[in-house]
Amino acid sequence: MSDKLSPIRQPASPADNAALTRQVAGLIVAALNLDVAPEEIDPEQPLYGEGLGLDSIDILEIALVVSKEYGVQLRADSEENVRIFSSLRALVDYIITHRTK
Amino acid sequence: MIAGRSADAVLAYRGGEPISAGQFLADVQRLAPLLGAGRHVLNACTDRYHFLVGFAACLVSGKVNLLPPTHTAEVLRQLTRFAPDVICLTDDPEGASSLPSVQFPRSVAPLLPVMSVPQIETDQLAAYVFTSGSTGTPVAHRKTWGRLVECVCQEVVQLGLDADVAATLVATVPPQHMYGFESSVLLPLLGGMVLCAERPFYPADIAAVLASVPRPRVLVSTPVHLRALLAAGITLPSLELIVCSTAPLPQQLATEVEERFEAQLLEIYGSTETGQIAVRRPTATAEWRLWSGVQLEARGSETWAQNGHIEQPTRMCDVLELTGEGRFLLHGRVADLVNIAGKRSSLAYLNHQLNSIPGVQDGAFFHMEDTRSSHTGVTRLAACVVAPELEPARLLAALRERIDPVFLPRPLLFVARLPRNSTGKLPQEALRSLAAGQAKPARAV
Repeated sequence: MSDKLSPIRQPASPADNAALTRQVAGLIVAALNLDVAPEEIDPEQPLYGEGLGLDSIDILEIALVVSKEYGVQLRADSEENVRIFSSLRALVDYIITHRTK
Repeated sequence: MIAGRSADAVLAYRGGEPISAGQFLADVQRLAPLLGAGRHVLNACTDRYHFLVGFAACLVSGKVNLLPPTHTAEVLRQLTRFAPDVICLTDDPEGASSLPSVQFPRSVAPLLPVMSVPQIETDQLAAYVFTSGSTGTPVAHRKTWGRLVECVCQEVVQLGLDADVAATLVATVPPQHMYGFESSVLLPLLGGMVLCAERPFYPADIAAVLASVPRPRVLVSTPVHLRALLAAGITLPSLELIVCSTAPLPQQLATEVEERFEAQLLEIYGSTETGQIAVRRPTATAEWRLWSGVQLEARGSETWAQNGHIEQPTRMCDVLELTGEGRFLLHGRVADLVNIAGKRSSLAYLNHQLNSIPGVQDGAFFHMEDTRSSHTGVTRLAACVVAPELEPARLLAALRERIDPVFLPRPLLFVARLPRNSTGKLPQEALRSLAAGQAKPARAV
């Protein structure tokens, strides 16, 4: 994953993080038509498989929403991808460090 | 077996590096003795080149590849009943399987190229592919080598591919799916084209893998991935051709794809049972053109396909209208059938699996009307279930053991009873009304 394309950003405050987490949770719930409220998603819970029960088509859908909203192009060429979708928190952390808008 | 190419001709790209036909034959020769004495191999390799080597190693040693649509615990149990000697060939070092497994050998140094090309008898059984059936037991379909060759040679003609130019095929579909098996594995092998080992997933991956191989390039994909490519607003390296299958492509989407990527888009129609049988260019015509030799016959409301490379007369699971010699229109699927992102099943099969879970008193899957606009265009099934003693999470976990994840119900609604009519039938519309009136769906969180 190329970090060099991302502009250098100021470290986000915990309050910013919490707001972004809620926003990303909301995008996921809306995009996938999930029957949970965004605030019900545990930020530490796995998104794939047993946790929130998402599959690869969901992950593709989330990747597109995230690229539109934050200008982050996801790639599956590294183990990093497994980590990015390991939990909502990991996804939000990734967006914070790679967002271009 | 390798379409008359010379030993130093490129047969595949892996990580952007070329692999020659001679190297491929050496890899096949090395793998074949590692596959043991049994006759059946579940070829689970995710790397398309590994899959091809595994497939060919089975061919040269008289073994049969098993290609089930999914690898859930229940399917593996059923495969063991179907073929007790089955082993699993895997290239995932951490992949745990309940079957005896053989790891695809990691290459240390390149092997000496092999020059002699194995000859395979046309009536040799090459693979069993499986459909889900309606009673809970998968149905096996025989694929003999000569008929696979015949089908793919027709595909070369119908797609207008020139074997002398040796285009590289990049595919977003798995090699185990019938469409991926024919169009991303056999087509390069038998059509004199070049296989690409990767299976790119995200739009940026598709662009990167295409850029890693030389022109001319062909993209073998599905409506889900083509939608994703358009939504991502990504630029692709130049393409000669885009091939799409697994679900009908709306004409509007086809037009956008052709304009954005400046390549002709051809759509393939087929089924697991028959393999690929027809092609069309959706921006030019709604009519499909059959593979030469294949015939369709209307029998009442059903349509049967036969002759050509088709192993035995087969009832098609779609509503087809014959419009002329070798031509037809596709009017959607037969009501019971389900196709989600290219995975096929039937409501009968899914209902059988749901109702076989201990604690489920009654249950039914149904199609929800979905007015949402999604980037991938995929609509899930819903289900109503009567299971007062079961936790939603436990029920979902039990379903996950039995059916492919794409068919998991969204939402899964717990109800007191199903809206069966006086004859015990369960109209889809009644299920939809029940779902619409249900206040709190029970989804595992």
